[in-house]
Amino acid sequence: MPVLARWIEAAGIPTVVVTMMPAVAEERRAPRIVGVEFPFGHAFGVPNDKAMQRRVLELALRVLAGASSSGARVDFDQEWPVPLREAYKAWQPKEPSPIVRKLLESRAQGRT
Amino acid sequence: MLVDSYRFLPRSFRPLYEGRGAFPGEESPVWAPFENRLADSRIALLTSAGIYMKASQSTFDLDREQANPEWGDSTWRSIPATAGSDDIAVAHLHINDEDVLADPEIALPMRGLAELAEQGIVGGAVANHVAVMGYQDRGLEEWRRKTAPEIVEHLREQGAGGLILAPA
Repeated sequence: MPVLARWIEAAGIPTVVVTMMPAVAEERRAPRIVGVEFPFGHAFGVPNDKAMQRRVLELALRVLAGASSSGARVDFDQEWPVPLREAYKAWQPKEPSPIVRKLLESRAQGRT
Repeated sequence: MLVDSYRFLPRSFRPLYEGRGAFPGEESPVWAPFENRLADSRIALLTSAGIYMKASQSTFDLDREQANPEWGDSTWRSIPATAGSDDIAVAHLHINDEDVLADPEIALPMRGLAELAEQGIVGGAVANHVAVMGYQDRGLEEWRRKTAPEIVEHLREQGAGGLILAPA
């Protein structure tokens, strides 16, 4: 995603990435970054929490329009309201993704 | 607060992301200045949650990804700003899609953006936003050569003055 933002930015359209992994977006040189400490799949917040979603969207717009140089990062100042263990489990797919399955299989083979 | 980028990532996957640096050839800064006021600008959204229009668009190719885990579908979908949760489906093998289906605004806040446009905080929203399927650090050449230029052309046609991208 950060690299897609770079290509779109390079074509002349300003971009901001709203991401759970802002440190990775920085490493990948995304031009503007909003960090959110939310579970994957939830970039704009809690389902049906309109007020929270609006605050994230407004922060993204502020960084999009107001950042002064490439690499600008601002983090959203609110923690996820669900206990970590529960939220960590809840975001993950019911079946491991194909690439994760492959990684787990190759690790298991490495141990035998 | 400073966000912990790895809070929700399984610990064993952290080395796949951390300290890897920029992609080859993508080390230098890029910058397109945001020159207009927000209130005069039309904004577009892009999600990588694998959203598509149930009735009129094909799903992303999950069968091929199941067969070849290194591969990911690099196509994109144009999502009408008027689409509701009943109109969309989600194709994504890397997240639990229940919350996105229950409230697509958590990935693609089209209603929220429309409200900000009605209130004059942004000049407007594009008529058609963009959806892709994420978790694809592999196969980037296809994205560079085909997907990204197509999305840029779409955004230009839509008159987008800025884009908010949100990975799933």
